Amino acid sequence: MNTPTEIQNAIVEEFSFFEDWTQKYEYIIECGKELEDLDPQYKTEENKVRGCQSHVWLHASYRNGKLHFTAASEAMIVKGLVALLLRLYNDRTPDEILATQPDFIEAIGMKAHLSPTRSNGLASMVKHIKAYALAYKSKSLA
Amino acid sequence: MNNSTTISRFDVADIRAQFPILNRLVKGKPLVYFDNAATTQKPQVVIDAIKHYYSHTNANVHRGIHTLSEEGTLAMEGSREYIAQYLGAKRSEVIFTRGTTEGINLVVHSLGLFHFKKGDEILISAMEHHANIVPWQILCNRLGLVLKVIDINEKGDLCLDSFRSQLSHKTKLVSLVHTSNALGTINPVKTVVDDAHKAGALVLIDGAQAMAHGKVNVRELDADFFVFSSHKLFGPTGVGILFGKEQLLEQMPPYQSGGEMIAEVSFEKTTYNELPYKFEAGTPHIEGNIVFAEAVKWFAALDHQAVHAHEMALLRRATEHVLHIDGLRIIGEAAEKTSVLSFVVEGVHHQDLALFLDTHGIAVRTGHHCTQPLMKRFGIEGTTRASFSVYNSLDEVDFFAEKLQKTVAILR
Repeated sequence: MNTPTEIQNAIVEEFSFFEDWTQKYEYIIECGKELEDLDPQYKTEENKVRGCQSHVWLHASYRNGKLHFTAASEAMIVKGLVALLLRLYNDRTPDEILATQPDFIEAIGMKAHLSPTRSNGLASMVKHIKAYALAYKSKSLA
Repeated sequence: MNNSTTISRFDVADIRAQFPILNRLVKGKPLVYFDNAATTQKPQVVIDAIKHYYSHTNANVHRGIHTLSEEGTLAMEGSREYIAQYLGAKRSEVIFTRGTTEGINLVVHSLGLFHFKKGDEILISAMEHHANIVPWQILCNRLGLVLKVIDINEKGDLCLDSFRSQLSHKTKLVSLVHTSNALGTINPVKTVVDDAHKAGALVLIDGAQAMAHGKVNVRELDADFFVFSSHKLFGPTGVGILFGKEQLLEQMPPYQSGGEMIAEVSFEKTTYNELPYKFEAGTPHIEGNIVFAEAVKWFAALDHQAVHAHEMALLRRATEHVLHIDGLRIIGEAAEKTSVLSFVVEGVHHQDLALFLDTHGIAVRTGHHCTQPLMKRFGIEGTTRASFSVYNSLDEVDFFAEKLQKTVAILR
């Protein structure tokens, strides 16, 4: 498995081929189509990451010291960005997750999506991923 | 008026030239600004007036003896005088506020809190902005009042039957939006005012969306209160007007307290200043209040009949275009409608639509438009809304429609 840095570099390189924003968004939508389906039983209020414009559902499971996330979104671009985030964070140890900042988002020009005012839930999603990591880390230490 | 005079009196290129922001690029494309119901852009005269104020006039108003303070006071009171004339009101009836929301809150807290009692009823409509729902809800919970809601039909028209059947001697106040931000519906406000008065109820009209599309005379309308914002009327943000009938404002206690609203203060007793200052505690938004009049003057100088004709042409063209898009449903098809086009597209999330349109430099608004109960009424989460103003062109509408069609094809 590639390191988080390698994955971030790979994503940035993939996006460097696009000349305009429409192409970038189309590619993001394509990425979203590869997102593992969220089991409907996990599409609960508890797993809902709220946004003003659209919501994201995030479910975490912990196996062999690693965290696995599945997610769903109502909106396609957000879904694609979620898929990119999970490409970075999925199946990693809590320590790896906590040590990794999603710098690629800014590098591919999507920084606005992480601002708290964008309110599509993406910024809160990163927080949720890290919160899960922290929770499982303290659990495993206990 | 024949066509040739209309054209000579209204030239969209001439109007566009007065809005410097329309020259900028967004994501490398010329800006197409269709988010006018959220806020309008500012003409050069308004921008110049803001600069002039801070370059020449800035000082605190009202109590200063020096020249700058005197000039500032004269300019601000001159602005009030002008806006009062424009509305058909007396200057004592024109209160400077932070905007529409504060205007409503002022009436709720000053009139409502002190003059309404348990069992009294407040009547609003199903198409209100949250700003005209939540303050009343809080008041109702606090005093034990009953909040009643006038229904609307599938097209987004206000149901006058629903209004009349709920109007009674218990109704203390009807608070109604003049023009809906989410649907574009223009309500029969004069009829509502007259009926409400016959039943002994007061009326507040939320005019936020109405003012940039034509002139409103509050005296003819006979509304007891009328609120609106400067920033939706080509003026600065953070400023608005509450018009209230003098005899009502006289009976209402101050909303906030501090400087300016007082006549005399001792530790035993404070007497309040006269209208309108009683409701203007603290240092006001001096620049905003002064420049607001410049914005109104700019708009007042336009041929309003021609403005209306132009905006209706934009709306008609946009409506015709989007109806060709499969699965698109227009939300808001009232008989009387302003230049707002709100819609949903089956299988397409509005957030994706807006992000793609933005890549083409097109600014639209998406979501619930601060009207969640209204969205619920239509069984939707939100819409995409294109709202047109006087400086928008038919070319922009064509461009928008073309990109919208392409975007929907990508997202399906």
